[in-house]
Amino acid sequence: MSLIAEMSQKALKLGLPISVHLDITYRCNERCVHCYLDHDDHGEMTTAEIIDVLAQLADAGVFFLSISGGEVLMRRDFFDIVERARQLLFNVKVKTNGVMIREKEAARLRQLGVEQIQISVYSHRPEVHDAITKLPGSLKKTLRAIRFLKSQGLKVSIANVLMAGNFSDQAGVIALAKELGVHYTLDPTITPKMDGDRSILALQIPGSELKQVFNNAELVGNVEEFCAPPPAPDEDVMDGYPCSAGHTACYISPYGDVFPCVQFPLPSGNVRRQKFLDIWHHSTQLKEVRSIRARDLPTCSTCAHVGTCTRCPGLAYMEGSMRGPSTADCEKSFQRTGIPSANMLKRARTDSAGPLIQIQLPMNSAQDGPFPVETGSPEALVGISAHA
Amino acid sequence: MAEKYIARSKAIAARMIGGETMVMSALDSTFFTLNEVASTIWQAADGRTPLSEIVTGKVCQEFDVDRERAQRAADRFVEELSQHGILLVSDQPLIDSSLESR
Repeated sequence: MSLIAEMSQKALKLGLPISVHLDITYRCNERCVHCYLDHDDHGEMTTAEIIDVLAQLADAGVFFLSISGGEVLMRRDFFDIVERARQLLFNVKVKTNGVMIREKEAARLRQLGVEQIQISVYSHRPEVHDAITKLPGSLKKTLRAIRFLKSQGLKVSIANVLMAGNFSDQAGVIALAKELGVHYTLDPTITPKMDGDRSILALQIPGSELKQVFNNAELVGNVEEFCAPPPAPDEDVMDGYPCSAGHTACYISPYGDVFPCVQFPLPSGNVRRQKFLDIWHHSTQLKEVRSIRARDLPTCSTCAHVGTCTRCPGLAYMEGSMRGPSTADCEKSFQRTGIPSANMLKRARTDSAGPLIQIQLPMNSAQDGPFPVETGSPEALVGISAHA
Repeated sequence: MAEKYIARSKAIAARMIGGETMVMSALDSTFFTLNEVASTIWQAADGRTPLSEIVTGKVCQEFDVDRERAQRAADRFVEELSQHGILLVSDQPLIDSSLESR
């Protein structure tokens, strides 16, 4: 176990939030097609409010601080926030699209001792990247920023969100990352919008392409090991918790709302009205998240993948239940191993049994128009069959 | 032997949890965890207090350990962390302006 993993375990035992993701704005200069945020300012925290939150987070024991957005540089006080965070000795990671970073900004980030900069790159081809960001010239500016940051000796990581529209450029982005001397990370997950709109999930790559990703040794290392069937779960697995969300990590929005994770929009408190530690220790929502163990998941506890699945409780929550399956992760487990998840098998059984509720219309009424016309008794007109 | 003065670099991230201190270099991302004794030296590394005084005044008193053994351990600790730029070492007191990230 690595030292960082050991400290995370210790934080878990002590109930400490070791890691916080803080979005300082949802405003952005790009309009990425897959983005789950709106881009308006509904009353962001002021500089003073954010600085107060930072002090509270330091007192609470937070070590890893991701400062993200929106585009972080849309805030004029961005460097004031980072400077205070560094004075408080956080390990700071900044997520940005890089469009507003030039030599001066890169030098400032270096001077402040930011540990890592994560920059989104969707393609090595401007026509593809710019079509996703909807900002002409954005790839050119982003790559310029990466070069400035690298010249300062900063650690830079390219985050490549994979979608149907840029899947074929994945190798090009990997080659670009190598050429730039930066780390490459891939993310095939599209998150529903925070308002619950799931329409952007249509951008997700299909399962067959996911399988290609999982069989790429350059990305996963030992393919045989990575794609191996899951071992039988033991007691430790069943007593395990799904992920760090709410246990050792949480998310704070630009409006001060606290959630278990950026991908888990369960409102758990607001730092404008409550002290952070009060929320962390006493929020009923966070307590509920922490109470859930693998054995408590109605479907997933019966699944072969229960011990190895990347099941995201936040995505499950957005599908209807934080104890339910996350179908995107079911698909990943299936494409990785070829073994369907319990959720997939359950859905297949339901599908093969026919729809849960079926309404049949007489042929003539369907031909007459979109609404049924009463031609006989109600029983003859509408037949309903239900499966328990 | 010349006196040693030690100060924490500003080019680090650090947090104490449960008596131990996590320290990561912002320069090379090296990650350390310091046990309680090392954390005590770390906390006392203000650039003004000689290391020998930290050893006798803090380590020996708080952890009931003999001076010679504590000094040897402290010297090793300081050498290791200074190699990564996490601790700054000087034979003169280190004023705050010297605690720059680079």
